Amino acid sequence: MKLAICAGPATSGKTAVLRHVTDKLLRAGKKVAFLKIDVQYAEEDEMFAELFGIPTRKVYSGELCPDHCNVMVLGDAIQWAKKNEADVLLVETAGLCLRCSPYVDGGLGLVVLEATSGMNLPLKVGPMLSLADMAVITKIDRVSQAEREVFRARIQDVAPSVLIREVNALHGIGIDPIVEQIDATDEAPERMLLRGNPPVGTCTICVGKKEVGWQSHFGVVRPLENQTFYRGE
Amino acid sequence: MIESISLLGGHGRGGEPDLVSRIDFQMGDVVSIVGPTGSGKTTLINDMELFADGNTPTGRRVLVNGVRPPAEFRNNPAANPIALITQHTSFLSDLPVREFLKTHARIRSADPSRIADTVSRTLAFANELTGEPIVLESRMTELSGGQSRALLIADATIVCDTPIVLLDEVENAGIHRSRALELLREHRKVFIFVTHDPRIALLSDYRIVMKQGAITQLLHTDEQERRCSVTVGRVDDMMSTLRERIRLGQRLQDFEMGAVA
Repeated sequence: MKLAICAGPATSGKTAVLRHVTDKLLRAGKKVAFLKIDVQYAEEDEMFAELFGIPTRKVYSGELCPDHCNVMVLGDAIQWAKKNEADVLLVETAGLCLRCSPYVDGGLGLVVLEATSGMNLPLKVGPMLSLADMAVITKIDRVSQAEREVFRARIQDVAPSVLIREVNALHGIGIDPIVEQIDATDEAPERMLLRGNPPVGTCTICVGKKEVGWQSHFGVVRPLENQTFYRGE
Repeated sequence: MIESISLLGGHGRGGEPDLVSRIDFQMGDVVSIVGPTGSGKTTLINDMELFADGNTPTGRRVLVNGVRPPAEFRNNPAANPIALITQHTSFLSDLPVREFLKTHARIRSADPSRIADTVSRTLAFANELTGEPIVLESRMTELSGGQSRALLIADATIVCDTPIVLLDEVENAGIHRSRALELLREHRKVFIFVTHDPRIALLSDYRIVMKQGAITQLLHTDEQERRCSVTVGRVDDMMSTLRERIRLGQRLQDFEMGAVA
């Protein structure tokens, strides 16, 4: 079974992209299972079950970071998808904290970004983009072609090795390269590791030390100077 | 080297077939797409820009030099031989004009030493088309509709320098259309205008007529229309003059209407 994990900011078009991907995979005779991870509300699982009649699940991360929740539940989800004899497990997750990414080694990492989101977005989303295998750009019909080209260049500047594909997710145009990339992905291995290093899980602020200023803290401290661009490594 | 681009007919929204099965655009052709609002003109140029291969809602296909174009054209926008200027007149890019043009010139040009020159030529071209000149320091989002469109036309012609340029309803943009046509004619490309403007339509070599989503006719501009286009040009120039006077807060005088009244 192959695994594809899809992340991206809210309203970027993840569900619309995955809907067309699912449709194409099913047409190619593949069995698909779908898992949605969100913080507190999602209905994509019902939508996919109704549209395609495929096994779907959802999990709410609640107070847990959705990316961490993904790590927690992914083992069970793979067993579940295998029990349903799926050829492909699609996982849609809200990438929220921008410090870690939900992708795992051995699975395909997709990030969905909207062309309308501004030229600095690629610089802002951190490892959700830089650790992905493929960036899917949606809403391309809403911006000029010149802007599309510059947006793409901004992504390449941040993440030179990430494949970039532009899609019109309304009409399902440009979806084939994503399906081909899923086909080209290896079978998900037994033991999987989160891609890239997780960020610091607990800092002194997390445990309740409320004093302002890094001098009052220990362990991981961050002065205003020496900011580096966080790539999730 | 691109010598021709071909459009193979598909069908309209309701399934009615395109009545023209193939159109071959040659370098240097100036073409108009005409038809009522909602007749599928924008869809047609979107098909071309996407290199449709039976995979768009119209089922149309696009060939380059008679064969299916390489995937590179679709996968890498900087290698795309088609530049599309949409009806969107507002930019979403939160960048200064200079940085936007520099970035675009960098990805479109193989020679980094020419970027500054490309940027200044693009700006000069755009400023021939607008009333209020664009300055490089202003942000893209601050440009007016006319300035945006002028900048996009200049960008497509100078920065992209693609062999094929698609322009969606430039007449609505508040730019100097006749100057734009003059400047564009200096470049040997295929220009395809979606237009409601008789002047642009009659200055085209031929026009594609659309109805209810489908292509119904291909009309070559004939001798009578070419003669007619001179008068149409005069009427249009007069309208431009009137428009300009109104803009400048001047009063109109009766004799200006004399030529057509």
